Amino acid sequence: MRKFDKDRLILGLAGPVVALVVAIALTTVVLLVSGTNPIEPYRIMFEQVSYTDVQVLIVNQAGIYYLAALAVAIGFRMNLFNIGVDGQYRLAAMLSALVGASIELPGPLHILLIMLVAMLVGAFWAGIAGILKTTRGVSEVVSTIMLNAIATALVAYLILPKNFGVQPEGSNNLTTGEIAESGWFPGLSMGEGAGEIYGFTFVAVALGVLYWFVLNRTRFGFDLRATGASESAAQASGVDAKKMILTSMLISGAVAGLAGMPTLLGETHTYSLDFPAGVGFTGITIALLGRNSPIGIAFSALLIAFLDKSSASLDQHGYEKEIATIMQGLIVISVVVSYELVRRYGLRRQQQKVGEELAAGGAIKTDKEVAA
Amino acid sequence: MRRITRITTVGIASAALALTATACGGKTSSDAGSDGQAKAAIAYDIGGRGDQSFNDAAYAGLKKAEDELNIKGAEAEPSEGEGDADKVQRLTELARSGNNPVIGVGFAYAPAIEKVAKKYPKTTFGLIDDTSKTGPNIANLVFNEEQGSYLAGVAAAKASKTGTVGFIGGVEVPLIKKFEAGFVQGVTDTNPKAKVLKQYLTQPPNFDGFAKPDLGKAAAQGMLDKNADVIYAAAGLAGSGAIEATATAGKWAIGVDSDQYNQKGLAKYKAKILTSVTKDVSDSVFNLIESVKKGKPQSGEVRYGLDKDGVGLANSNPEYQKMTDLIAAVEKAKADIIAGKIKVKTAP
Repeated sequence: MRKFDKDRLILGLAGPVVALVVAIALTTVVLLVSGTNPIEPYRIMFEQVSYTDVQVLIVNQAGIYYLAALAVAIGFRMNLFNIGVDGQYRLAAMLSALVGASIELPGPLHILLIMLVAMLVGAFWAGIAGILKTTRGVSEVVSTIMLNAIATALVAYLILPKNFGVQPEGSNNLTTGEIAESGWFPGLSMGEGAGEIYGFTFVAVALGVLYWFVLNRTRFGFDLRATGASESAAQASGVDAKKMILTSMLISGAVAGLAGMPTLLGETHTYSLDFPAGVGFTGITIALLGRNSPIGIAFSALLIAFLDKSSASLDQHGYEKEIATIMQGLIVISVVVSYELVRRYGLRRQQQKVGEELAAGGAIKTDKEVAA
Repeated sequence: MRRITRITTVGIASAALALTATACGGKTSSDAGSDGQAKAAIAYDIGGRGDQSFNDAAYAGLKKAEDELNIKGAEAEPSEGEGDADKVQRLTELARSGNNPVIGVGFAYAPAIEKVAKKYPKTTFGLIDDTSKTGPNIANLVFNEEQGSYLAGVAAAKASKTGTVGFIGGVEVPLIKKFEAGFVQGVTDTNPKAKVLKQYLTQPPNFDGFAKPDLGKAAAQGMLDKNADVIYAAAGLAGSGAIEATATAGKWAIGVDSDQYNQKGLAKYKAKILTSVTKDVSDSVFNLIESVKKGKPQSGEVRYGLDKDGVGLANSNPEYQKMTDLIAAVEKAKADIIAGKIKVKTAP
C-alpha cells in the first residue's frame, strides 16, 4: 500500500490540465485565424450550461459516454484496444430492444432481462475478437474494427421489415417495435421543461464504483493489471494470460452492451435507424483522457458531453458549432503528447531523486525502497 | 489507499452539489425573449447545410421566404450521434424564441416534433418525409418520390442501348427504396427485357452513402463494367461521384432531388446528365412558411406528387429535348400516373 504521494498526484493532474490548456489555446488560434471572435463562442457555451435543460442533456450524455469509456478502459487496463465498443453497443441495443419489445414481464424483471440480453450480446460480439486473439493471435484492433462493420451490416439486415423490423405507418423509419411500459427505466424529473435524468445514469455511476473495486480490491483485478503491464511476467507468476485476455474482452463487451441502455430504456424505447451511433469511438477519447481511472473518466465524460451539448446552439448565434469538434480533436492530440511529456518528466525526476539520495549515501536504504 | 477514498468523497460531493445546483437553477435555455419580425426556422437532417441535396433544398425554401415574405430565418444543425432529447431541445429552443413555423427536415424528427408540438400548440411544425406523427399543428410534408423515379425508369429504358441500366441508392433506408421501387417498375414496364443493376452504398447508421462521392464513383464504375449505359443515383452528394464516373465513360447519368444539369459543381459533366428526378423540398418549405404568414397554416398531410409538380423530371439538357420518342413515353406515363392508370409501388 502506497502512502499519499503529492508528486504522483500533481504529475497525474498535470497531464490532463496541460492538454486542456493547449487544446483551448489552439482552438482560440483557429478562431483567430478564421476571423471569428475568439471569446464570444466560449461565453455562449458557458451561458448554455447555466440552463437546466442543457444541464440535464449534459448529465445524460455523460452517463452514456461513461459506460462506453468504462468498456474501453477495461480493455486498456489489460493492454487490449477494444475499438469495437461501437459495434458491440449498437448490436446489443438492437437485439435487446427486439427481445424487450417481443415480451412483457413485470417491471424490474423486464428491464433486467433487456439489460441481460444487451450484456450477453455485447460480450458475445467482443468475445469473438477475444477468441480470435487467444487461439489465432489475431490483433484485437483489426478484428474489432472489422466486427464493427459486420455489426452494422447485421443490424441493417435484421431491422428490415421482412426480418424483424417494423416500419410504422407513414414513417420512413424502421424500428424494432416499441418496448412495453414495464420495460422503461424510470428517470429523475428535473422539473417542467427541463426533462429528466435517465435512471440508467445512476447505474453507470454504480458501475464505475464496481470497476474501481474489482480492479483495485480483488485478486482478479490484480491479475488483470499485472497481465496488462507485462504478459510474460504475469504468466511466470502463475496467471493464465490467455484466460485473462478472453475474460477481460468479455467483460469489456458486456459493459459496452450497456452503453445503449440509457437511450433505449430512458428515451426511445425502440431501436430505430436514427439510434445514436459513434458513442463507442467517443468512449475511446474519454478513456484516454481519463487515464482509465473511474474518476478521471467521469470528469472527461462530463467535459466531452459539455462540449457536445453546449456547442449545439452556437449556429443560432452565428458561430460554427464545429468549434467544439475541433476542440475535441485537439484535446485528443494534446492528451497523447502531454501524457508522454509528463511521463518522461516524472521518470527523469525520479531518477534525479534516486541519484541525489545515492550521492547522499543512502544507497542501501534507497535500494530497498525501490524494490518495494 | 486512503487517497482514492478521499478523491471519491470529493467527487461524490461535487457531483451532488452539481445536481443540487441543477435542481435549484430552474432556468431553461428557452427562456430567451422574442422580438417583432415574423420568424421561421428549419432544423436540418444529418449532413446539414451544404449537402448539395436535401438540406440545401430546404434552405433554398427558407431563403426564398426571407427574400419574398420578409421573414427572418433561423437554422439549426444536428450533431453527430445525437438522440431524440437533443432534437427536442433544439426544436423547443426554436419554437420558444418565436419561430413559426419550425420545420424538421427528415423523418428522424418525428418523435421530437410529436413531443414539442404539444407544448407549443400555437406554433406550426413542419415535418418532412413523415406522416406517422400527426397533430393539429403539425404539417406532414411528404413526396411521391416513387412517381418521379418511375418516369426516370421510363426515360432510362428508352435511352439505353444495351438494355442494362443501373440504380445506385445512397443508404439502404425505406425512403431510398421508394426511389428504387419506382425506377425499377418504370424500366420494366417500358422494356420488360431490360436488366436493372441495383446497389446501395452503405447501411444505416453509416450515412456515408449520402456523403462520399468516391463511393458513388466506385459503384457506378462497377455497373459500367457490367454494360450499364444509364445510371440513376439517388444518393445525395455521393451521387455526384456516380455522375462523374458515368459521364466520363460517355454514358447517361440521371440526377436526383434538384436539377443537377444546372448544378455548378457538375458543370463539367452536364452534357451527359440526361435528366434529374426533382423533389421540390424548397417549395414545400416555402409554401408552409407562406401559409403560416397568411394566417392559414397548413396542417396534416401535405402531399407533393406528380400532379402538383412536387416531384418530376427535369428537361434542361438540350440532348434530352431532342429525344422526342422518349419524351412522349415519359409524358404518357406521367398522365397515366396522375389519372391513376398506373399505380407505382412504394417498396421494391
